[in-house]
Amino acid sequence: MADGTSVPVGVMQASRPAAARRSSMRRFAGRRSTMGFLLALPLILLVAGFVIYPAFYAIYLSMLNKKMTSFVGLGNFAFLLKRNTFQLVIFQSCLFAITAVVMKALLGFILAHLMHNIPGKNQRIWRGLLLVPWVIPLALSTLTWWWMFDPSYSAFNWILNQFGFANVPWLGVGWIARFCTIAVNVWYGTPFFMIMYLAALKSVPEQLYEAAAIDGANAVQKLFFVTLPMMRNIIAITVLFSLITTFADFDIVRILTAGGPQDMTHVFATYAFQVGIQSGDIPLGASVSLFMFPILAIAAFFVLRGVTRRTKEIAT
Amino acid sequence: MSATTMDATKRAAAHKHKHSLHRQRQWALWGSYIALGVFVIMFLVPPFYTLMTSLKSSAEISAQSGSPWIVHHPTLENFWYLITYPNFQTYYLNSVMVTVVTVVVSMVISVMAAFSLARMGFWGSQVLATGVFLTYLVPASLLFIPLFQIVGALGLINNVWALVLLYPTLAVPFCTWIMIGYFSSIPKELDEAALIDGAGYVQILLRIFIPVAMPGIIAATIFAFTVSWGAFLYPLAYLYTSNQMVLTVGIISDLIRGDVFQWGKIMAACLLASMPPIIIYAFLMDYYVAGLTAGATKG
Repeated sequence: MADGTSVPVGVMQASRPAAARRSSMRRFAGRRSTMGFLLALPLILLVAGFVIYPAFYAIYLSMLNKKMTSFVGLGNFAFLLKRNTFQLVIFQSCLFAITAVVMKALLGFILAHLMHNIPGKNQRIWRGLLLVPWVIPLALSTLTWWWMFDPSYSAFNWILNQFGFANVPWLGVGWIARFCTIAVNVWYGTPFFMIMYLAALKSVPEQLYEAAAIDGANAVQKLFFVTLPMMRNIIAITVLFSLITTFADFDIVRILTAGGPQDMTHVFATYAFQVGIQSGDIPLGASVSLFMFPILAIAAFFVLRGVTRRTKEIAT
Repeated sequence: MSATTMDATKRAAAHKHKHSLHRQRQWALWGSYIALGVFVIMFLVPPFYTLMTSLKSSAEISAQSGSPWIVHHPTLENFWYLITYPNFQTYYLNSVMVTVVTVVVSMVISVMAAFSLARMGFWGSQVLATGVFLTYLVPASLLFIPLFQIVGALGLINNVWALVLLYPTLAVPFCTWIMIGYFSSIPKELDEAALIDGAGYVQILLRIFIPVAMPGIIAATIFAFTVSWGAFLYPLAYLYTSNQMVLTVGIISDLIRGDVFQWGKIMAACLLASMPPIIIYAFLMDYYVAGLTAGATKG
């Protein structure tokens, strides 16, 4: 991986006096690292200017009052935690992220296995079809979902009616609306899990399964003692990674319900948008989105640990 | 199965065993196909419904009679309306412009940075490589409020160029990460040989690294494209007049007026707006999937 320290030296080792060689080496290394720094400079500036600075600025903003004239310390956070709506937001964000990620991981795992079963030459077309939800921009496909959940002419209700069931108010009742937002997220995110798991499945050596078969392992035992241990790392990284993106999801809830009915589908991102941009209370909005930070930081820590461990395994 | 093989003669048993295994495998195969078929149908319901609705006239939609899943009188009037609708043209052009600039800027920044981080160590480059990955994990929804202030201070609120400034922050970290992976897999002997031949670093990057790591570059480019074509939060937060909007927000704010939903046109617009990603993925999916999974499985 980013093995920046190893230097392709071979060049400068011509037959020269040792001292001269060392000084020219040093100049060479100096020039080389300067060059390296310059090449990375746009990245550093971009990240510093539009990620790190805004992150600290958010902390500063969150400690101001609504008009941004006086410093209120942690007042905004205390205010939010006491509000009923915000407690709902915390609950719903966790419900949304955890349920959706578990469903995506399970369905993705099943799909990856099904794909792994069929011959390789057919996999490409099936994979292409299954990746469609993930290819369409989420904001656009969510519009279609909205239209399918439409209260007056829902395509799903039409099917239910054909089987003699009554209309379901898809986005009009709290728990059903929560279910709908989660369902759309699962629909969108499952293909990503599938391709990650499929890649992981393909990397498990066939000999392990043969050895297990000789030892008399059945399918379930193969799954639990060969497949899952071999895939553990990728499963962990994919799940944590998806947890971060799902937790921070904005598009689905914003388009489908805009937080309603009665704030029962708001998640952190949509609530921060409503408070900060729509109602114009920038400091309070900043505090809302900062509540995501601890959870994201924990997930990021584990992702990073997984990634570096994996890298070390490959390096050694 | 094992019981039957035990008491029969050896050859017959082997034959039977093989036969039943074969049959089992055949069943598993057909089962897989059927299950996959069910999943494909479920996954393709929304795109199918988008297509069906886009082919309906407004009258047919508002009549609300019969099955909503099929078109009774297909018409292209929605598409024709959109193609000749100046606002929609503006959104499309804005989207194309923002995406092209974002992709170019992001790729230049991340290829240079990845080359530097993969090959030219400097003080703190290891930390930077890790930091880049961490940056990728910072979601847009955490930063959009302070960025609203920053964009405002720069005088770019309701200016489509604000997106050109901000989208690279979404694309560059992961593109750099993918490129570091691809660049690191290039054998060091290659650039050593080039150095001996008197090539400079710029030449090594342009003549060796970029051509050799082309699959990675394609994967990273598709990622940057996907991110900037589909981004929704930033344009929704920072743009509010139709001459500055991009497709994702333009469709919603323009074709939904109060309680009037022109669903036929909305769906047609979604279809037209989804075309570029679908076409790109249809041709380059393999590169993208390889880039993504390599990024995850190799770090």
